[in-house]
Amino acid sequence: MTTSSKPDITPQSASLKAKGPSTDLLKQWLRDMLLIREFEVRTMQAYQNKKIGGFCHVYIGQEAVAVGCTAALEPNDPVVTAYRDHGHALARGMDPKYGMAEMFGRIGGCAKGKGGSMHFFDKEHHMYGGHGIVGAQTPLGAGLAFATKYEDEIINGGVSNRVTLSFLGDGALNQGSFHEAQNLAGVLDLPVIFVCENNGYSMGTAISRGTTMGHDITSKAAGYGFDSAVIEGMDVIEVYEGMKAVVDKCRETSRPAFVDMRTYRFKGHSMSDPRKYRTKEEEQQYAQDDPIDKLANELMNNRGLSRDEYDVMAKEVKKQIREATKWAEASPIPDIEELYRDVYVEKFGPYSGTSLPAMLED
Amino acid sequence: MTTRTIEFREALREAMSEEMREDLRVFLIGEEVAQYNGAYKVSRGMLDEFGPKRVIDTPISESGFAGMSIGAAMMGLRPIVEFMSWSFSLVAADPILNNAPKMLYMSGGQFGCPIVFRGNDGAGGQLGSTHSWCVESMFANVPGLKMAIPFTPYDAKGLLKTAIRDDDPVFFLESERLLSIEGEVPEESYTVPFGQALIRRPGTDCTIVSFGRPLYFCLEAAKTLAQEGIECEVIDGRTIKPLDIDTIVASVRKTNYCVVVDQSWSFASVGSEIASQVHQHCFDDLDNHVMRVHNDDVPAPYAYNLEQEMLPNARKICEAVRAVTYNA
Ligand SMILES: Cc1ncc(C[n+]2csc(CCOP(=O)(O)OP(=O)(O)O)c2C)c(N)n1
Ligand SMILES: [Mg+2]
Repeated sequence: MTTSSKPDITPQSASLKAKGPSTDLLKQWLRDMLLIREFEVRTMQAYQNKKIGGFCHVYIGQEAVAVGCTAALEPNDPVVTAYRDHGHALARGMDPKYGMAEMFGRIGGCAKGKGGSMHFFDKEHHMYGGHGIVGAQTPLGAGLAFATKYEDEIINGGVSNRVTLSFLGDGALNQGSFHEAQNLAGVLDLPVIFVCENNGYSMGTAISRGTTMGHDITSKAAGYGFDSAVIEGMDVIEVYEGMKAVVDKCRETSRPAFVDMRTYRFKGHSMSDPRKYRTKEEEQQYAQDDPIDKLANELMNNRGLSRDEYDVMAKEVKKQIREATKWAEASPIPDIEELYRDVYVEKFGPYSGTSLPAMLED
Repeated sequence: MTTRTIEFREALREAMSEEMREDLRVFLIGEEVAQYNGAYKVSRGMLDEFGPKRVIDTPISESGFAGMSIGAAMMGLRPIVEFMSWSFSLVAADPILNNAPKMLYMSGGQFGCPIVFRGNDGAGGQLGSTHSWCVESMFANVPGLKMAIPFTPYDAKGLLKTAIRDDDPVFFLESERLLSIEGEVPEESYTVPFGQALIRRPGTDCTIVSFGRPLYFCLEAAKTLAQEGIECEVIDGRTIKPLDIDTIVASVRKTNYCVVVDQSWSFASVGSEIASQVHQHCFDDLDNHVMRVHNDDVPAPYAYNLEQEMLPNARKICEAVRAVTYNA
């Protein structure tokens, strides 16, 4: 184990490639990232105003990862992640109002107010959860891949055609469950990609203090015989292009893969984290690598996005989140009967045909 | 003894620090216990005093560091293993349930396991079902372990010192909701023995038995009930294993009624065990069957109103006491 307390990642402000995805697509991604950012800013406010309880972890700084990864997927590819899950749910297509209502503990929430910030679920958008226990989602990810392959091959008599993304934090590298999941994925040839959102820290523990070979975590995946990639996660185009290659290969070969996604969380681990374990200088350095600014600059400098257009987009996003927050606030708290519903399936009632529970009228 | 008012978390820290000063075999290990000063600041300053070889930060590898510490205990060291939350101990279920409590027996008495596992237990406030485990009933089912649940800062220090000195594995269940409460704690070294319940409020009409945080709800309920003319005797069991059934029985013989309040689920629980033992010992003294108040039999919900309803709150305790004493 090395003893450096600095994360083993360095910001790269390499300019974005001019080629690649279309301008319209890039604008969409910019909007998606802005939406997540604004959602998280409002989340933090709401938490401070005590409208949100429990543990709450925001995704600010890591937006390019969820957006770029999702862009590399087909709409029906399953996704599963840990507790820092708002960005993945939104990137996957969940309406922010359901997320906000979830955190407000309202019946309109994506889990009827029963899951909270750490446990966002959205079946309609193939989002198999936020999971609160570090590492717990990684065997589930293997299981989702097992099921898509089983369904495609055994039930439908075709070829395996879906890819599962199983996100994890760098802290989860050290959980036994993750290693068992990798081994199973290898042994059973599962089409799952473990995307490690390597933001350099698990709570206050720098990666070099928590994991052996923290400077080169793909070496662990090599031990399982996986293909792996190191991707610059502060740049949505690099995330997309890097992931597209990994996803396409996984879909084709039905072999697991591992991605060391270099990123940074701009805020504390949770709402109560004074961040004494890292320096202001380091934070400032990464702030200059903001994935949203980076894409906005690219669009403005090389793709003809005007300042006005950008402002309109940012305004729209703000409005959307404001309305989502209003909607969430108007959603009622769950009836007490809800406490006893969903414990067993027979109490669940007929499946409504959408992932989302009975909602208020729009 | 010189006492002063300190927080629950400081009392825990004092217990650990005093024992570590006394006994070099004692060390503290867990996630964020050293450089971060503890996720809940229980171990604040301990790294500075004892250094990184005795206050040890671990990766998020509960199964690994729990198992490793059990190995160290087999060699005679006396680890204090902090789980940030007992909810996370579930990924270490095999070492803490299959190794620690059975080691002495399985080795025919050769290898003991003097280890303390400690951390937050129970609902922390809207943490959702994965983070709100009350492990007492589930784990108390296992022979070979001891289990303590402190309610006051005084007991936090005294019981933890007893736990660290104990030659058997001790599961020490704290509550995040209690860590900031203050109480009088002697500066000097003292211990609180295991297996000695304490009457927190004397009364003549109904015995209420509980452990840890729910005792607050019990005392709140007892106040309300006193205004209705029902004087409850509230007993703090302090340790679940060993269980001081004698104190409970003596009280029930006096009051003839008993309500057990247990924050874990009702099925096969600490509450059902105590009820069963009270029925056995007090069959002729009871004027009604023992009533139990538990967490509702559902996973912990996130929504505030649902969580409040799920917990064994004062309202439910009052209802149980009124129901059980209706024929008084
Ligand atoms: C098994 C388990 N142990 C401990 C925790 C407490 N915990 C929650 S998040 C966290 C840090 C995880 O860091 P990382 O995996 O890097 O994800 P990040 O927060 O950086 O997104 C810890 C220790 C937990 N939720 N589950
Ligand atoms: Mg991390």
